[in-house]
Amino acid sequence: MQKKTVQKIRVLVAKPGLDGHDRGAKVIARALRDAGFEVIYTGLHQTPEMVVSAAIQEDVHVVGLSILSGAHNALVPEILNGVRDAGLKDALFLVGGIIPDEDIPPLKEQGVHMVFTPGASLQEVVDYIRQHAPVRS
Amino acid sequence: MSEHEKKTTSRESWETRLKESEKKNPPRPARFTTWSDMEVPLLSTPEDLSAVGFDYERDLGYPGEYPFTRGVQRNMYRGKLWTMRQFAGFATAEETNKRFKLLLEHGQTGLSTAFDMPTLMGYDADSPRSLGEVGKCGVSVSSLDDMERLFDGIPLGDVTTSMTINGPAIVILCMYLAVAEKQGVPKDKVRGTLQNDILKEYIAQKEWLFPVRPAVGLVIDTIEYCSKHYPNWNNVSISGYHIREAGATAVQELAFTLADGLGYVEESLKRGMKIDEFAPRLSFFFDVHNDFFEEVAKFRAARRLWAKLMRERYGAKDPRSWMLRTHAQTAGVSLTAQQPYNNIVRVAVQALAAIMGGTNSLHTNSMDETLALPTDESVMIALRTQQIIAEESGVANVIDPLGGSYFIEALTTRVEREALAYIQRIDEMGGIIESIEKGFPQAEIANSAYHFQKQLEAKEKVMVGVNKYQTTEAKRALDTLYIDRSIEKRQRERLAELRRKRNAQTHQESLRQVREAAQAGQNLMPSILGAVKSYATLQEICDTLRGVFGIYRETGSF
Repeated sequence: MQKKTVQKIRVLVAKPGLDGHDRGAKVIARALRDAGFEVIYTGLHQTPEMVVSAAIQEDVHVVGLSILSGAHNALVPEILNGVRDAGLKDALFLVGGIIPDEDIPPLKEQGVHMVFTPGASLQEVVDYIRQHAPVRS
Repeated sequence: MSEHEKKTTSRESWETRLKESEKKNPPRPARFTTWSDMEVPLLSTPEDLSAVGFDYERDLGYPGEYPFTRGVQRNMYRGKLWTMRQFAGFATAEETNKRFKLLLEHGQTGLSTAFDMPTLMGYDADSPRSLGEVGKCGVSVSSLDDMERLFDGIPLGDVTTSMTINGPAIVILCMYLAVAEKQGVPKDKVRGTLQNDILKEYIAQKEWLFPVRPAVGLVIDTIEYCSKHYPNWNNVSISGYHIREAGATAVQELAFTLADGLGYVEESLKRGMKIDEFAPRLSFFFDVHNDFFEEVAKFRAARRLWAKLMRERYGAKDPRSWMLRTHAQTAGVSLTAQQPYNNIVRVAVQALAAIMGGTNSLHTNSMDETLALPTDESVMIALRTQQIIAEESGVANVIDPLGGSYFIEALTTRVEREALAYIQRIDEMGGIIESIEKGFPQAEIANSAYHFQKQLEAKEKVMVGVNKYQTTEAKRALDTLYIDRSIEKRQRERLAELRRKRNAQTHQESLRQVREAAQAGQNLMPSILGAVKSYATLQEICDTLRGVFGIYRETGSF
């Protein structure tokens, strides 16, 4: 039997914008850590530039943005493009929070892989990351 | 056989028969707990009351009298129904002004203002930090000009206004007082409540500007100034709502909220004020969550505990200082995006608990608030929910109808004791400011939030439509209110015009006075009033203060 080398998946959990609702972000961060991922939490009130630089510095596999303030259409593209332009092209992009249904397809077109809205379970998020995080050699 | 033995025997024999019955109908889950995970007894009897040493006169007394367990008014809702106060605010001042007028026309009795994120954080609509956030979660107010439009045509002497703002609350208060002054409203006719509870921002809501100590200093400035000049203004609404929404249990919500209240009391006393000069104008704001009895017990325990603390710990003599007057809001976090019409029912049950708990004022959430800001129609249903309870259900006819229930009284005492134990731990840390700086309440809440989420995933707690009774059919779409980005553009243009038109010299001079007062540690109310009247913007004033006080950063622990 072949033995797989298990890479430690690094996840950035970020709170961009002025939104202070961090219950979800903290619960997710803890659940991801309990699932065995390496989790970096940015803390609150991050500008898009701050999130991009954290993603690059930590060379993360996954960028998870938590936004409950309605500012996602303005903030997400800035972060997405910033991270890609800085060379982290294969990172998995997740958004969680209060995202109206009609905003989800445009976010996905811009490169967000998955949007988790209220009611999503921790297990779903963990499983999604396990299945889709990029494998780097 | 003595009376006691008779009772014991009858209880024992009942329990034997119970065991038989349970063979047929075993208990559904393994544990029966409240929403906050407190064990709930199968049955309460007079023994539960004697176990907690229940004494009617001491523990309940009469309504409107110490310790106010049964309510702060002598005739409660027979004299005056609770204030129905729906929180509103979105987009621009004009649009919120229209919503205010709609609510007033439909019988609402007080206004309540929600501000957008940039305003809450002390940024103007044209700041780069405001990108995408202007008018989204509330109304955008960057200067006195916006405040004038917000209350246009609403006589401020005839309404009570609540304003949900904290970090820059002192600036927004000054704008409101300036509008009232322009309308010619006498100072003692200015009524309402400023949330102005910065401590719970560091604990839960996380919209802060300055480090903890200077920020608390600003709160005390408003208390000191308004207790002299605006005798009917409530300076602080000490808020458990956000603490609960962030994941606290009912006991933690109560404990941290009262601990915050004690923090303001301590700091006001340090300024040389006397307890009875300011305590009567402190007010509270609690969440009202899913678990009916736990919530009723929490409101009753809150009044009793605060009254004791004010009288016994601080020697307050004025009964108004002992009274915990509170606003309540149904739990936003309990609303579900799945099957959103169910939210109407949740809100009704929660509203009923707040009223059975004796709240003085209530906001009922709209069913669509988990999706977006509420539409006019859903806001109306939420208001009608309160009116149906008030006018049709009969519960407002009688005071504290659950008082005396074996279960409720034992639970009230238990909630009170557990909250007091937390307050004592905080005292041992040196008070609430020190405990926040250590991250204690923050960590306790994060633990509870995680615990609850695990229980939800294990289906130990059930949310209908989320982890049980889900429907597979497509989500029934609600019409939601959409705030488009043109609002941001319009607000920027307006600000640009304001900056062009105003007298540059006057506003710069006024900002210099704010800076000097801050550096000298003076009460900042007079200088900020001057600055808002010269149309200095919110951010200009806040940046001036940031220059003196610095900014707050939280370590990102989870």
